[in-house]
Amino acid sequence: MEIANSFFNLGYLDSLSYKKSFIHRLDPRIKTIVTLTFVVTVVSFPQKELSGLLSFFIYPVFIIALAEIPLGFILKKLVIVSPFVLMVAIFNPFLDKTPVMELYGITITTGWISFLSIIVKFILTISAALLLIATTSFVGICEGLSRMRVPEVFVVQLMLLYRYIFVLVEEALRMVRARDSRSFGKKGRGIKTFINLAGILLVRTIHRADRIYSAMLSRGYSGTIPQKRTHRIRTKEVFYLIIWVGLFILFRKYNLSLAIGQLF
Amino acid sequence: MSHHIIEFKDVSFVYPDGTEALKDVSFRVVHGEAVAIVGPNGAGKTTLLMLMNGLILPTSGEVLVGEVPVTKKTLPEIRRKVGVVMQNPDDQLFMPTVGEDVAFGPINMGLPEEMVIERVDEALKKVGCLHLKDRPPHRLSGGQKKAVAIAGVLAMKPDILVMDEPSAGLDPRARKALINLLKTFHHSKIIASHDLDLVLELCPRCIVLNSGQVLADGKARDLLLDEKLIDRAGLELPLCVQNSGTQT
Repeated sequence: MEIANSFFNLGYLDSLSYKKSFIHRLDPRIKTIVTLTFVVTVVSFPQKELSGLLSFFIYPVFIIALAEIPLGFILKKLVIVSPFVLMVAIFNPFLDKTPVMELYGITITTGWISFLSIIVKFILTISAALLLIATTSFVGICEGLSRMRVPEVFVVQLMLLYRYIFVLVEEALRMVRARDSRSFGKKGRGIKTFINLAGILLVRTIHRADRIYSAMLSRGYSGTIPQKRTHRIRTKEVFYLIIWVGLFILFRKYNLSLAIGQLF
Repeated sequence: MSHHIIEFKDVSFVYPDGTEALKDVSFRVVHGEAVAIVGPNGAGKTTLLMLMNGLILPTSGEVLVGEVPVTKKTLPEIRRKVGVVMQNPDDQLFMPTVGEDVAFGPINMGLPEEMVIERVDEALKKVGCLHLKDRPPHRLSGGQKKAVAIAGVLAMKPDILVMDEPSAGLDPRARKALINLLKTFHHSKIIASHDLDLVLELCPRCIVLNSGQVLADGKARDLLLDEKLIDRAGLELPLCVQNSGTQT
């Protein structure tokens, strides 16, 4: 039951965000900006850079430790998404065979280095995004985005998406169960049944959207959704932001892991 | 107080696909009345409720809320007066937290912030859910969702409370709690349901609907125990009567 699994994981990610660590209590805007700078600096590294990226691991490690996020959970999520990245990166070693160095008799080509670079970038950026969601309630992120002047259409989309993904997945789950309980170990009649299920789910979703809109109208909706403003940025948090952004720029400009390596 | 009145004058409604959902429906609900609308699936109950706050407009005839006809122009006023609780609370709870959801109506009414907070707390307290204020709706039980959906409507202080199948999907205890809660409201109430036992407990008056037409309108105690009428309406006698019937 892949659907069931991914659903319960989503619920788990959601429940993590209600913890009350130092990281959880930070203003969502601060966390969003830090995560964004992190992602941008990591991605901005040239294709064949590897060692410079390593210093960036300090950020996810810091968050995991302070926010008490189970490492295994993040790793598992990374493994689930990894096929997409492997597909993108796997051709590099075959296309680019310029040797750069030899390590214990194995020639290392630039192709392999850029392959690894993509993998490392992937691990860093995805874990940063996951950690943002695991340490910030989704309401908080939406509030943060809207206060950072992100157009309301996008924020409301995100908000409704998060609200109804649970309802939708539950509905899909019920349909899959109904199919399985009458198909005796086989997946119904395969793809054909699946197409039907997906179609019905779409129609139901459209009807639901209609009813939700009616409910909104009934309570005076006229185009804007009121946003809550609960958080206030404290000076402490500004320092948090400055320190991280400073570190990321430092890591980007100077290859610290190489420098530390040369000390020994 | 004349503004607590709802009146249907020869209302018909035809859906765009040609289905005639309501045909020449007329009735009048006065201040403080609790009226049930009963009928089998597809009788037109939900259509009737949607006409009450202008989610759809009648094909012919007129709907009046406190002497004001429901038209496109009067919609904001109508919706402030008529609070609708939908059948499925998941459709109604669209905001990320319970508190924000209950605040949605009052904020849209343009109330100042302190008053919004006051109304939210008051409404949540009334339905016994104040402790759920910061919870996201997907972490509530079915009964809690229903209660919060009702609070969302109460917070707007409507003159008339309209509910579609309030007891659908609730376990017996949540259903009982809901009935007790509704008993404490002194609004004009219009409840569409085929939970006839709930109707007997809450509504002195009852309108029986079948195939889009009013079959009978009168005292719930008389109508719902009238075996011939109930059969004609495509319903079954309330359970409380059925049981005593088998015992004798």
